[in-house]
Amino acid sequence: MKRRNIQLDKQGRLRHFLTVEGLSRALLVDILDTAESFAGVTSQSVKKVPLLRGRTVVNLFFEASTRTRTTFELAAKRLSADVLNIHISASATSKGETLLDTLANLEAMQCDMFVVRHDKSGAAHFIASHVAPHISVINAGDGSHAHPTQAMLDMFTIRRHKGDFYPLSVAIVGDIMHSRVARSQIHALTTLGVNEVRVIGPKTLIPRYINTLGVHVFHSLREGIRGVDVVIMLRLQHERMSGALLPSEQEYYHCYGLTEEKLSVAKPDAVVMHPGPINRGVEIDSTVADGPRSVILQQVTHGIAVRMAVMSMALGGQRGASGG
Amino acid sequence: MIEHTDIEETIDQLAQKVNEYLRNKGIVNPVIVGIHTGGVWIAERLRTALGLNSELGKLDISFYRDDFTHVGINPQVKPSHLPFSLDDQHILLVDDVLFTGRTIRAALNELFDYGRPASITLAVLIERDGRELPIQADVAAMHLRLAPHEHIKLQGPDPLILINSENQ
Repeated sequence: MKRRNIQLDKQGRLRHFLTVEGLSRALLVDILDTAESFAGVTSQSVKKVPLLRGRTVVNLFFEASTRTRTTFELAAKRLSADVLNIHISASATSKGETLLDTLANLEAMQCDMFVVRHDKSGAAHFIASHVAPHISVINAGDGSHAHPTQAMLDMFTIRRHKGDFYPLSVAIVGDIMHSRVARSQIHALTTLGVNEVRVIGPKTLIPRYINTLGVHVFHSLREGIRGVDVVIMLRLQHERMSGALLPSEQEYYHCYGLTEEKLSVAKPDAVVMHPGPINRGVEIDSTVADGPRSVILQQVTHGIAVRMAVMSMALGGQRGASGG
Repeated sequence: MIEHTDIEETIDQLAQKVNEYLRNKGIVNPVIVGIHTGGVWIAERLRTALGLNSELGKLDISFYRDDFTHVGINPQVKPSHLPFSLDDQHILLVDDVLFTGRTIRAALNELFDYGRPASITLAVLIERDGRELPIQADVAAMHLRLAPHEHIKLQGPDPLILINSENQ
């Protein structure tokens, strides 16, 4: 049974941003276009616009994160919102009840937006379906499910470098199994209509259902990145790895680590991306990570504009929608 | 409806008035900034007519509007483009129609987030009644009295046409 998409309001506008899956191409393009105009705000001497003045954004992090939390914080601050950073240890007491109590307390403080990072898949959906109606929820990564703002900043970076999505071949390399980033990227890339998405990795790190998402699977890095326009490297997630999925990091690097030599079979103008944090010498060689085709640090910069776009889209127009 | 030829004449009149105003104020070589979208069209023509050297500045005030909580954000926002420092500059701010004054309020706020100009002169093609804020044009080519439900809008960029409309 298909449920109503809780991410959208009655007018079809973004209310929560929980996953890329199920959103229209038009809406994704709107996010990219809006982000494009926010990218210019950094050229002002006052790097701030007053859009969310008087609003309160809560960064609710149940799992450690530096880059995502700081770029969400900067994005909110550049929109003139007040920001509260709350880090909750996921191991603390029994979660279900604690979580709802935490939410109730934050609602009582009259906050407007929760940015949620959680190690359990579905946490952001759970929170979005329990919050007061005036609160927007942004998923900043839930378990191995989704990381939609990361996927959109990656799309933004690809569009900046390649223009049109239609002719592109994009390869995603590494630990697809545990990667919420990969899942969100695959949905975003296919919705935006790229020519081909390839996933590359050892059999143990590629889930069996992946074919149903419309991607091509490769187990050889060299074969997989031949002729692609974009190479997205994923972090090897030791902390999510249980059991013997990999023989060793050295062997992984030997087979799937991206080096200049292996990259030479991609298109000459191919760009290399990585959501960070990077493990140098595990999934990517330093000469590639710091090389001319790497756009890894641009991804970080773009993350701020994309998060500004998503936050302002989710919080704008609410009073108009309710007839005030 | 006013025809295209009339608009070009009106812009010429505006250019003459602006010239005179700036001369009286002792302002030489101001930088010109148009407000999206109609203001940019007028500013382009004024820049040529006045023989100004500096590149045209473009301002999109969407992020500074006071009705964001009601109407939300327009994804077609064009980024503002101010290819010069505003610090200690004389600025000629241009819009097509001055109505409530709210657009100009937003534009002034945005300009000050880019720097501290020496002065700002506001030039508009049409000054109509209906002000809701204490904001006046320094130079206007035309003054109109319209009923509250009557609206006037510039369509362009080529040709530029003024459109009168009524809504309830």
